[in-house]
Amino acid sequence: MSEVPGNLKYSEEHEWVRLEDDGSVVIGITDHAQEALGELVYVEQPDEGADLAKGDACIVIESVKAASDVYAPISGKLVATNEALADEPELVNQGPYEDGWLVRIDPKDPAELDELMDADAYGQFIAESAG
Amino acid sequence: MPEKTPLYERHVKAGARTVDFGGWDMPLHYGSQIDEHQVVRESAGIFDVSHMTIVDVIGAGAKEYLQKLLANDVAKLDVSGKGLYSCMLNESGGVIDDLIVYWCGAGNYRVVINAATRVQDLDWMTAVAGTCTSTVEVRERADLMMLAIQGPKATAFAAPLLPAVLRQAAVDQAPFNSVSDGEWFVARTGYTGEDGWEIILDTDAGCRLWDDALAAGIRPCGLGARDTLRLEAGLALYGQDMDQQVSPLVSALGWTVAWEPVERAFIGRAALEQQREQGPETKLVGLILEDRGIMRHGQRVFAGSGDGMVTSGGFSPTMQRSIALARIPTDAVGTCQVQIRKDKRNARIVRPPFVRHGRILVDS
Repeated sequence: MSEVPGNLKYSEEHEWVRLEDDGSVVIGITDHAQEALGELVYVEQPDEGADLAKGDACIVIESVKAASDVYAPISGKLVATNEALADEPELVNQGPYEDGWLVRIDPKDPAELDELMDADAYGQFIAESAG
Repeated sequence: MPEKTPLYERHVKAGARTVDFGGWDMPLHYGSQIDEHQVVRESAGIFDVSHMTIVDVIGAGAKEYLQKLLANDVAKLDVSGKGLYSCMLNESGGVIDDLIVYWCGAGNYRVVINAATRVQDLDWMTAVAGTCTSTVEVRERADLMMLAIQGPKATAFAAPLLPAVLRQAAVDQAPFNSVSDGEWFVARTGYTGEDGWEIILDTDAGCRLWDDALAAGIRPCGLGARDTLRLEAGLALYGQDMDQQVSPLVSALGWTVAWEPVERAFIGRAALEQQREQGPETKLVGLILEDRGIMRHGQRVFAGSGDGMVTSGGFSPTMQRSIALARIPTDAVGTCQVQIRKDKRNARIVRPPFVRHGRILVDS
């Protein structure tokens, strides 16, 4: 069973979102997603400062299998990327909720967070999608 | 429902993530594709390749039949047990499949073909057999399974697991030879660029060999690692690097076409001769990505006087960068550009293999 921490919000695209004290949000992919993708071998660093609408592709990650877009689960300005992933994309596999975070976004409308799933709902979502 | 090999339950128990490959539910990896790749480059790994199709070609007309069926010439098989890599062509010179054929004594050959092409291959082989004047039987051996044990330590680790009667002969044999005893068939071949054996045997012995190999420290490896190992070794994958639309001459497989003797009228010969005379317009080359990113099958390549396509691409664990096979215009040399999403990225054109026997053979 993959790990689903209780303090995060989740999207149907298998991203997690964590609200920070400064009002920004940190985004990554879930344990379930990294396991399905396989080992990451490349992360294409996006330009900081980009204005993203919810659902926009915000970063491309490539595993041994394929390239995948990660979609912004919330609208806002991309204010930081995880530079460690340039040399160590495997951090996403090793710690998807910690050192393997992907981007930090300054949300345009924090209320959008409420549209995301909590841990219980996401846990059920992946259990159902597994059939 | 996809088919399962006799080892399926063992794969699941060993933690395999499986994938549909050519109608078979096969292990993709057992946790880490990259670790499995490295273990084959440095030590020894075992692959269940029982999805591959084994066909025995038997009868007084077998040699004559295969000389018509295959672009390479089985007359080169002058010692019993010897194997030969060949393409099987259609009349237009397109590749129906690539295969290895072994000579197992007078009127007795064994052919190993791909799983994904099984039905079309067997139909074609049977149809061609029908046009032969002397007796030949094409007999699929679905009762047998196949394991590949690969890596610099593969034969040392696996030798004690072979029947004593063929152990020494298996260790001593040169590449592309085989030894057999009963249903045990041990060939010094593989698809990884490393030393090792491909072993064909019955189901009971095969399941035992799998268990014994794991107990001997040989690590189970999935099709994911098999794909990156063969890409580094510059070995073509049927359906990706070549298919019915292209000839061996544009697939870096010209060396497998036996032009001599000129009287041998193998299927596709006339088309190949015409192509050779006109000069092929494309070639299959290796690419090393100089910029960041990963090359993938289907990406467009800008090279020489026109454009081409990445036929196989990915991340090379040994070289720690992206490598690919690509079909590009014949006049392209030096460098080219690959369209990766919205950007054109620089790549260098090289002659495969990239890696053999654990060593990088191209300037990286």
